[in-house]
Amino acid sequence: MSALLTTPTPVAPQEPRGIRSLMQRVSHHVEALPTAASVVIFVGMLVYGEIAYGRILQASTLSNLLINNAHLILLAVGLTFVILTGGIDLSVGAVIACSSVAGVMLINAGWNPWLAMVLMVLIGTAFGAVSGVLIQYFNVQPFIATLAMMFLGRGLASILSTQPVRLGDDSAARLLSTKIKIIDGPKVNDLVITPSVIIAILVVVIAFVILHRTRTGRTVYAIGGSEQSASLMGLPVAATKLWVYVISGSLAGLAAVLYTSRLGSAQNITGLGWELDAIAAAVIGGTLLTGGAGFVLGSVIGALVLGLMNVLITRDGGIPPEATTIITGGILLVFVLLQRAVLAKQRE
Amino acid sequence: MNEHAREPLGALKSILKRQYIWGIVAIALLLLINVIKEPTYLAISVGHNGHLVGNVIDILRSAAPVMMIAVGMCLVVATKGIDLSVGSLMAVAGAVAMEFLSSAPNTPGAAFAALGLVIVVTGALGAINGILVSVVGLQPFISTLVLMLAGRGLAKVITGGQNTSATNDVFRWFANGYVFGIPVVFVLALAIVIVVGLVVRRSALGLMIEAIGMDPKAARLAGINRRALLLTVYIAGGVLAGFAGVFATATVMTVDVSRTGYLLELDAILAVVIGGTSLAGGKFNITGAAIGAVLIATLDKTVVFLGVSSSASPAFKAIVIVALVLLQSERVRRMFRQRRAARPAKREVVAA
Repeated sequence: MSALLTTPTPVAPQEPRGIRSLMQRVSHHVEALPTAASVVIFVGMLVYGEIAYGRILQASTLSNLLINNAHLILLAVGLTFVILTGGIDLSVGAVIACSSVAGVMLINAGWNPWLAMVLMVLIGTAFGAVSGVLIQYFNVQPFIATLAMMFLGRGLASILSTQPVRLGDDSAARLLSTKIKIIDGPKVNDLVITPSVIIAILVVVIAFVILHRTRTGRTVYAIGGSEQSASLMGLPVAATKLWVYVISGSLAGLAAVLYTSRLGSAQNITGLGWELDAIAAAVIGGTLLTGGAGFVLGSVIGALVLGLMNVLITRDGGIPPEATTIITGGILLVFVLLQRAVLAKQRE
Repeated sequence: MNEHAREPLGALKSILKRQYIWGIVAIALLLLINVIKEPTYLAISVGHNGHLVGNVIDILRSAAPVMMIAVGMCLVVATKGIDLSVGSLMAVAGAVAMEFLSSAPNTPGAAFAALGLVIVVTGALGAINGILVSVVGLQPFISTLVLMLAGRGLAKVITGGQNTSATNDVFRWFANGYVFGIPVVFVLALAIVIVVGLVVRRSALGLMIEAIGMDPKAARLAGINRRALLLTVYIAGGVLAGFAGVFATATVMTVDVSRTGYLLELDAILAVVIGGTSLAGGKFNITGAAIGAVLIATLDKTVVFLGVSSSASPAFKAIVIVALVLLQSERVRRMFRQRRAARPAKREVVAA
């Protein structure tokens, strides 16, 4: 937090030249400032955690951080696409509930687990496609369309089952969360990785390439900057806007696969409030809520900041776990305000 | 709220033009479905102590909290905003009231003190929303999303994560009592609808709110104090959510911190849209929002009555809301208009 307070200090006109030139250099990359702040916060949290509670900066804690937040990373990446275009997707948590309950029930009904997992992703794709069509072709505001999908997802999940459904202990779906030791450390301090984490990393890499190295990526940024200009330039605005919701929905479906595989069960209230975590992760990572600026890797950091915060709160023990959402909300608010300050600076 | 129609036929026509007439039609249809399944569904009998008893009364009772938050939401939506925090504020209100009453004596004074405390707390939280929107200038859905997220946490912190329960006869009466055989809670909700409607429509307040929603710049040039008005609207939304939370928890005299008011912000938005208020801001209709709330309560009861789990009702609401926003969308309207006018114009729709 202290980094946050010190970075965007406004410079008085009488400041010496050295600081002013530094500020000028910073203001060239001013849209990267929130991302830089989140990296500083992440490192700060790691250091603070190590000093205050210990056993944070070690292989097992860090690999668990990745394993436990693989699904959140996927959601944050999906939301980065959506938010970059200036939209929002509130349905991801409910999509996970619907997709995971359906998937587990199908597997328990004797379906091929791999086929069921593909279907789980496709359920997410379908939700995203419906939101996208509503938003792009019927001019529905993004948060209303995805709010409706949130209702629909929760409702459908509840129609399927209101009880937790469990995967069989030997189900192939659990294979995705098999722990693979990479470095066998002393005692339990191993560097562990699961296929889920590998999938999440792959998704991040692909998303990074798409956003920063392809035409589709440029179009996503252009839409967020100004949709009108983008379409006047002849960019495929309609198709791209549809795509970002399909991507976000599909990644939510994939997140459902990873989460179900790790937990081994699903319920109609799975993923409650995750859309907010995902939005917070993207915003903390420096994605502008009005669209047009942001980084996939920033969102990953944002997701890890939230994950690490949970670890620290658990370690601390003094903070009631109920307060987690308040802290998340507070952090989200601080970063949104920081964004506004940065935007105002840019406009000057 | 009504234009003065000179003849009865004209009055009928002007009513038919309002969008909430479809809400009434939908309520009638849902009731019809229930009557087909159970011919005595609409029967209202007089209970042993003079209270009216029946499914319709149940519907009115459960419509009341949604009516209250829908009125607040209606005003917020008219300013081109949205308040996603009302459900969480209901939980906060319930938590505040129950925590206070669980250690207070069982007296009418304590009940009203709890009510006052709830008004202060939810008003303050509404003011936070209002300040973020009007002074800081954040997008309404983000500022209220933060409180939606943090509000439930706050409710949990207030009760220490427990589902606190309390006993207070007067407080309980708010939700379960009867006036002239009609549930108190419905009478109060109706009173709130009427009072807010009168205040807004019999003064320039309503026009000012609509002006902000239609064109903030023009409104400012017209000398409307946008900040103060937005702040007032969000505070009103917060306090109304507080009332709704009180009634929702007083029914069982227990606050369920994770379920009280859960997803109710969506019910409120749905009620507002059914009532003919466009989510794009501008013109609003409080009567419509109240009818929308009754429709939602009817839908909830029908879904349960038909034997579907009550937690599945969001799916039905989602279908209703999608249908409604589609009807509001320009593309669908154009399609209807063109079908009525001429055939060849159809090509343009595809091209666009």
